[in-house]
Amino acid sequence: MVHLTSPAFKENAARALADPGLQKALARTKPQFHGKRAKAVAGLPEFEQLRNIGRDIKNHTLANLDHYLEVYAANVEKAGGVVHWCSTADEARAVVLEICRQAGAKTVTKGKSMISEELGINDHLEAHGITPVETDLGEYILQLRKEPPSHIIGPAFHLNREDWEQSFRESHTDLDPKRVFTERRDILTEARTKLRSRFLAADVGITGANFLIAETGSSVIVTNEGNGDLTQTLPKVHIALASIEKVVPTLEDATSLLRLLARSATGQDFSVYTTFSTGIRRQGDLDGPEQYHVVLIDNGRSNMIGTDFQEMLRCIRCAACMNHCPVYGATGGHAYGWVYPGPMGSVLTPTLVGVDKAGHLPNASTFCGRCESVCPVKIPLPKLMRHWREREFERHLTPGTIRTNLRLWAWFAKRPAAYRAVTRMGIGALGLLGRGKGAFKWLPFAEGWTRGRDLPAPEPGGTFMARYAKARRQGR
Amino acid sequence: MLQTRPRVALFVTCLVDLYRPTVGFAAIKLLEAAGCQVEVPEAQTCCGQPAYNSGDRTTARDLARNVIDTFLPYDYTVVPSGSCGGQISHHYPGLFDDSDPHYRGRAEALAAKTHELVSFLTDVMGMQEVAARYDGVVAYHDSCSGLRELGIREQPRKLLGSVQGLTLKELVDRDVCCGFGGTFCVKYPDISVRMVSDKAKDVVETGADTLLAGDMGCLLNMAGRLKREGAPVKVRHVAEVLADMTQDAAPIGEPK
Repeated sequence: MVHLTSPAFKENAARALADPGLQKALARTKPQFHGKRAKAVAGLPEFEQLRNIGRDIKNHTLANLDHYLEVYAANVEKAGGVVHWCSTADEARAVVLEICRQAGAKTVTKGKSMISEELGINDHLEAHGITPVETDLGEYILQLRKEPPSHIIGPAFHLNREDWEQSFRESHTDLDPKRVFTERRDILTEARTKLRSRFLAADVGITGANFLIAETGSSVIVTNEGNGDLTQTLPKVHIALASIEKVVPTLEDATSLLRLLARSATGQDFSVYTTFSTGIRRQGDLDGPEQYHVVLIDNGRSNMIGTDFQEMLRCIRCAACMNHCPVYGATGGHAYGWVYPGPMGSVLTPTLVGVDKAGHLPNASTFCGRCESVCPVKIPLPKLMRHWREREFERHLTPGTIRTNLRLWAWFAKRPAAYRAVTRMGIGALGLLGRGKGAFKWLPFAEGWTRGRDLPAPEPGGTFMARYAKARRQGR
Repeated sequence: MLQTRPRVALFVTCLVDLYRPTVGFAAIKLLEAAGCQVEVPEAQTCCGQPAYNSGDRTTARDLARNVIDTFLPYDYTVVPSGSCGGQISHHYPGLFDDSDPHYRGRAEALAAKTHELVSFLTDVMGMQEVAARYDGVVAYHDSCSGLRELGIREQPRKLLGSVQGLTLKELVDRDVCCGFGGTFCVKYPDISVRMVSDKAKDVVETGADTLLAGDMGCLLNMAGRLKREGAPVKVRHVAEVLADMTQDAAPIGEPK
């Protein structure tokens, strides 16, 4: 399970900024994501309109969530599947373990799933003698390295080719020392060799779901490696893990959102594999599981409905927000200290683990708004982060020094005459101090500023209001 | 151009008031050149963003009421900052909910007639060019609120294009934040400094000798970093160049 280190965000960030390997990996954000998304968006003239459609589909579903979940569950059951409703992570873990036990499972293959990370499924299965095997390439290497994902669609985004090679050499003890790993293909081949037998041996396959479709009872996953298909079709039992907000009313709604998803995520028109799973293997089907279980997880989502944070439930996990976030780009995902990094994580994590623990996340934003501008379902992420700051302020979680400074500043700002007098003096003094220098290398109480930049001195001659008043008196 | 002279109230912003008065005077000169009658209401202090973005809605609302009461009587409110302008035009109405319909209405009325300086000059007053000369190679930084909240991108470039002797260079990643972010820059200095260092590098790479922007926060941040690195780039508010007032003050962070 991902160990929560969000309270140490500042320390995490400092470490990340000083890690040359991580910084090298993060430098790929721009070539890998920005240009590709921009190109894909430019190639679809109706993209902006599609964003509105995506937003509206999700809003409509959230406004009628109970209805669509019930329709969905009925249709899953009609297709021979079983729906397990779980309020908490504990319940979901227990359900997954029980299904695996019933199936007599020794190994379980897994497709990439963020909700699985949220629930800590792997640790739970391992603790009960069942071996989970991650089959997404990125997740596979992270499992070898015992690291959590740092990105919601590129879990090993923080690693460089050298790291992959090192992990293989350490873990795959039968590896020929002369093998070279210079190309991406070399890495793929090695992982594929190891994974093939795992796919065939698995008793249960666990995947996430990008969408659940109410009208058909289907779960949908998108992958680029095809590992998800092997995970869910080869074993006898398929478990799809999904949080409740993944449901959409119709197949058509799902396809509208799919048109947004890959373009926003990787700049592809469509992911390489888009797989719809509906129920169990029917007579005459070439493949498919004998048992199909959907574990529907709330784990705090329903508490967001009807609050300032409901809009966050529109998220389709494309990662465009983190790909375009300058803070994520500087620190990478691990600094955020829990499952979901970047702007979407800064809104979601406080909801799921508590703002008292994740309070740094919504504060560590310049509100530059780039995330909101690329969000395929138009989630106003800066606004939602600001709402978290309001909750913190109300609950007195905002640090005391900030509260005191705010109170002092506000007292004057509400009293223009007093403000005028005190700023005139302050700026006069600062102006005298800075005279002839232009900028300060260091100033007391401004260490946060001056550690990495000079503080420009105010323009000599006093405040604007004082100079303007003087000019007016002199008849300008 | 409008036929009558609109009464325009200048919202100076606290950073211009305290740090860069020349920007205020440059704004007045530009507005008058565009045919406005400019006044500077004395009761102004700050738009309230530090409180608003720190989660202190009560203080933000109190300050907003003061700004609304002071500025509502004018035809327009003009602000030499995208972020403070956006605070009034995009965020004030949301501070007042249904329990205070009176101020909600007043906030909406003020929001509708509040503009950032450069976009006001071009979009409302129809200004096509300025009478200014600046011999230099200039990079223009788009502040985030101006760019994404207010849609200001071409307006400053258009007016800068009419400045005699000025060559404009574009930054790579011109839609990326400089790392200022209000209180962010002192709450998370490590990340902020990393962001502004990236921006400073981009600025230097353009080969420009001057960096302009429309927001004092970004300008102080970028000037501070360029100065720390010893980069010979002059930093100024775009209004100083457009108003031909670069002789009135040394570049930001430079001794007189």
